[in-house]
Amino acid sequence: MNGGGDIPLLTMIVDGISWFALVSGALLCVIGGIGLLRLPDLYSRSHAASLTDTLGALLIFGGLTLQAGPTLIAAKLVMLVVLLLITTPLAAHALMRAAFARGLPMQIEPPADDDASQETGT
Amino acid sequence: MMFGAAMAGILITMLLALVRAALGPSVYDRLLAANMFGTKTMMLIAVSGFWQGRPEWLDLALVYALVNFASMVAVLKYVRFGSLGDGVADTEAAAATAGDLPPPLESTGSWGAVTQIKNWKPPHYGEGPMP
Repeated sequence: MNGGGDIPLLTMIVDGISWFALVSGALLCVIGGIGLLRLPDLYSRSHAASLTDTLGALLIFGGLTLQAGPTLIAAKLVMLVVLLLITTPLAAHALMRAAFARGLPMQIEPPADDDASQETGT
Repeated sequence: MMFGAAMAGILITMLLALVRAALGPSVYDRLLAANMFGTKTMMLIAVSGFWQGRPEWLDLALVYALVNFASMVAVLKYVRFGSLGDGVADTEAAAATAGDLPPPLESTGSWGAVTQIKNWKPPHYGEGPMP
């Protein structure tokens, strides 16, 4: 731009934010994958998977948008993020509803006699 | 470099999802892992397009997102009703009129609704082994 080898300050700042978003999104995806593997129950596994599908995708596509700059590619990335934020919670909700209607048991039991224990315990 | 780091993270996540899909005790675990795998494939296509300097691959990622959602809903419908086409709407309407759908929730406390719906047994879905 100005002939020298020095990078403009704004480019450095945008690159840094993009780095941070991409790496934290990838870390969040890995954490969600570990949760998907290790949590005891379908319903809690769904929590971990939905976390990667919304926040991880938002961070990664946000980092890519910062890399792309104000072009058509950024518009496509925004479309992709909007589509993801609409469809993945829908898919997760449909899956959990189907599993619950089929009667898949929960691993973590809710307290069965909540009112009685509250009355007698305190 | 940063695209390489993001791609490494996404690949590790896809591997973990594959392990869950192989291990999953029920069909729903496998479906959850497959859905997550599809989303991660889409993100991998986008990031690798930027990595190779060809961001036009985002169109492929868009198509992947649409196909992933449609296939997810189709497989869920198949798992729930046992068929994709004939008489599914009739089955659902008949189930609704015969009282086979879950009863409406009444909030009787913080966990009351949950225990109520836990004790409810689906009349004809609940028999037989879990898929």
